[in-house]
Amino acid sequence: MQMPAPSQKVIGAKARIVARLRAALPEGAVIHELAETRAYECDALTAYRCPPLCAVLPASTEEVAAALRICHEEGVPVVPRGAGTSLAGGALPTADSVVLGVARLNRVLETDYDNRFVRVQAGRTNLSVTGAVEANGFFYAPDPSSQLACAIAGNIAMNSGGAHCLKYGVTTNNLLGVTMVLMDGSVIEIGGAYMDAGGLDLLGVICGSEGQLGVVTEATLRILPRPEGARPVLMGFDSNEVAGACVSDIIKAGVLPVAIEFMDRPCIEATEAFAHAGYPMCEALLIVEVEGSPAEIDHQLGLILDIARRHDPVELREARDADEAARIWLGRKSAFGAMGQINDYMCLDGTIPVSALPTVLRRIGEMSQSYGLAVGNVFHAGDGNMHPLILYDANKPGDLEKCEAFGAEVLRLCVEVGGCLTGEHGVGIEKRDLMGVQYDPADLDAQMAVKDVFDPGWLLNAAKVFPLASSQARRAG
Amino acid sequence: MAAPLTPSSEAELAETVAGATGPLRIAGGDTRRIGAVQAESVLSLSGLSGITLYEPGALTLVARAGTPLAEIEATLAAQHQWLAFEPMDHRALQGSAGTPTIGGVCAANIAGPRRVQVGAARDFMLGVRFVDGAGRVIRNGGRVMKNVTGYDLVKLLAGCHGTLGVLTEVALKVLPEVETSATLTLAGLGDADAVAAMASALGSPFEITGAAHDPGAGLTRLRVEGFAASVAYRAGRLAERLARFGRAEVETDAAANAAIWTAIRDVAAFAGRRGDVWRLSVKATQAPDLVARAAARGAVYDWGGGLVWLLTEEGADLRARLGHFAGHATLVRASAETRAQVPTFHPEPAPLARISAGLRAKFDPRGILNPGLMG
Repeated sequence: MQMPAPSQKVIGAKARIVARLRAALPEGAVIHELAETRAYECDALTAYRCPPLCAVLPASTEEVAAALRICHEEGVPVVPRGAGTSLAGGALPTADSVVLGVARLNRVLETDYDNRFVRVQAGRTNLSVTGAVEANGFFYAPDPSSQLACAIAGNIAMNSGGAHCLKYGVTTNNLLGVTMVLMDGSVIEIGGAYMDAGGLDLLGVICGSEGQLGVVTEATLRILPRPEGARPVLMGFDSNEVAGACVSDIIKAGVLPVAIEFMDRPCIEATEAFAHAGYPMCEALLIVEVEGSPAEIDHQLGLILDIARRHDPVELREARDADEAARIWLGRKSAFGAMGQINDYMCLDGTIPVSALPTVLRRIGEMSQSYGLAVGNVFHAGDGNMHPLILYDANKPGDLEKCEAFGAEVLRLCVEVGGCLTGEHGVGIEKRDLMGVQYDPADLDAQMAVKDVFDPGWLLNAAKVFPLASSQARRAG
Repeated sequence: MAAPLTPSSEAELAETVAGATGPLRIAGGDTRRIGAVQAESVLSLSGLSGITLYEPGALTLVARAGTPLAEIEATLAAQHQWLAFEPMDHRALQGSAGTPTIGGVCAANIAGPRRVQVGAARDFMLGVRFVDGAGRVIRNGGRVMKNVTGYDLVKLLAGCHGTLGVLTEVALKVLPEVETSATLTLAGLGDADAVAAMASALGSPFEITGAAHDPGAGLTRLRVEGFAASVAYRAGRLAERLARFGRAEVETDAAANAAIWTAIRDVAAFAGRRGDVWRLSVKATQAPDLVARAAARGAVYDWGGGLVWLLTEEGADLRARLGHFAGHATLVRASAETRAQVPTFHPEPAPLARISAGLRAKFDPRGILNPGLMG
């Protein structure tokens, strides 16, 4: 993985740039000592690190605008950072960049239950948005695994999903408006407390633009009334194919569960050893959750269990109370941690048509053999969003490279069967150089043309998303 | 006017656009003739028709842009699936003929009453292929439910009304049809009470899939859908919750429900009536005030009040009358003279207008796709 060579001119001007930022921002909002900038050297993709020139922590839209204006005038690259939980390296700095962290933008600005929205500063964490409205019986639907830590700004940048998006959609389906600062320091407002913003759907293209179009400082989010209840059921099968067929049949039957989670044997074994959730030892396991009143849940689970029985399950376990429900989810929620106990891992998130599930799982198994690296699969099956966790040893020379090659082959396979490189983590630097597998040069050019309009100088997070060779001419300009 | 250009393949369409010597008016089924497009030539998508992929088990359908909506709906119905966003049919309101196409529905980001629960066309579009104003064929998104690979140009194309590119193919997420539906009707509520009743319903856990109010008829409607037992339960609980607004009549007959919601979806209240038609997207609780200010001939509320249709006298500049408000107004039906004078879409604040113009200049450098429609 390559990053562009940092500008020596910018690095040479560090003292002046830091002084200007300090003059424009409150005390303590500019971090420039090497010991401190290390905290910003990477996000959750820890394989790549680089301390930035400095980091700034503005606390208002005006402060973000002031910081960006200075960077724009000085020609300094800016890397926006939510909570630093990106698995794709979306917040990886370069040595000549200013990291703009939104962590201090964490206030709730407005709650409105009659119109069902909440307006927050974008550094607020995902879970604390729900926290602000749950006493009134509402919640914010997108629920990425990192929801305790991740920021709404990052959710918008990556168009984050979660386990429950089969029913509730992802960030883009729940975002009503933003206040955003462009690279030149100008502030724009898009949408608001109404269902569709007028004109071109700029909100739609900003969501998922990986911090390359602007810095979102405030967001108006749709909130939903919490369902009366929810209950999961656990099913074990003796092959991935059968589990995949069961998922397809549930969907075809007209039941729309809020979540259908899938784990394969390596993942079940690791999870059991780690979390002792009491999972059956089998080839494939599904967790299906439905919502509603107790009677509605019974009815829907009845339909789902009927379908499951037709596929000869080795285990069917219905949660009878909250404790049992929590045990069913325990293993799934510990899966990443469990795999991490065994070794370092790389987590991919290519998405495939649900019908291709058995083929793709078989091919991943074959690749695992030929690369000699173990892999566990745990993923959102209802929407085909895979999460193969490839295990490697970071201390063993060559292992990371081998793992990356394996990962790239899996992602190529996802595209080959009609899917995509990333379903919810984003491209960042991790999948940047694979973009050509999914898109032709003209397709990428059309996307880059959007950035040309928002950030003509290509200063915002410019070395991400697009292969460096494709963006070369633009970044140089 | 010359006969429409009717390319029969994407490649031919790309050549047609690349070779165009003047502006083009893009026509799907030509059922929604809004705005004042300044173009002599019509580019029809009727030659690009047909469903190219349908996987019921993956809830996915891919179709060429000129495919009639009716063909898609029939294909889905055979598998007990549907387009959950319930696209509106504009023909009665606009007094137009023609056949609605899926490309038109997507390009205009159409939705129906179920928008309050599930979203609009944009929320169901998984991928697009389109030809931009320079004749380049561009692909974005795909055919899977979750996809964050690169920028989401799908959303940008949804609702661009053909001004950034001509859709040639769309991939859609489809959903299972609901087993049954019920409509609760409250009679005689004033607009503010009606919006309050709808807000109470939409804020309940009973999954309301339609919330509309027709002041002319004095009827406020709320819809619940799903499995029969669940619908009966939720309709009952909802009626209890709304008791302070009066006694709700519950309609459970399938045909009657379909008729009620098709009429709301298609704004049947204004069909055949003289006057201009405006569509407002607003903050629901502000809708009654705006309706009062509009002094219109008629008003209809959908989406719990978030969508307001207004029937005004001909030639009225409604925006001037309303002043500033959170939301926007679109002129959906008016005489050619009015459409030439009053912008179809709400004028944007300068910084947004600059971005929109910048995007148009990139995707349609010669300004030949539906010029004059969006600005």
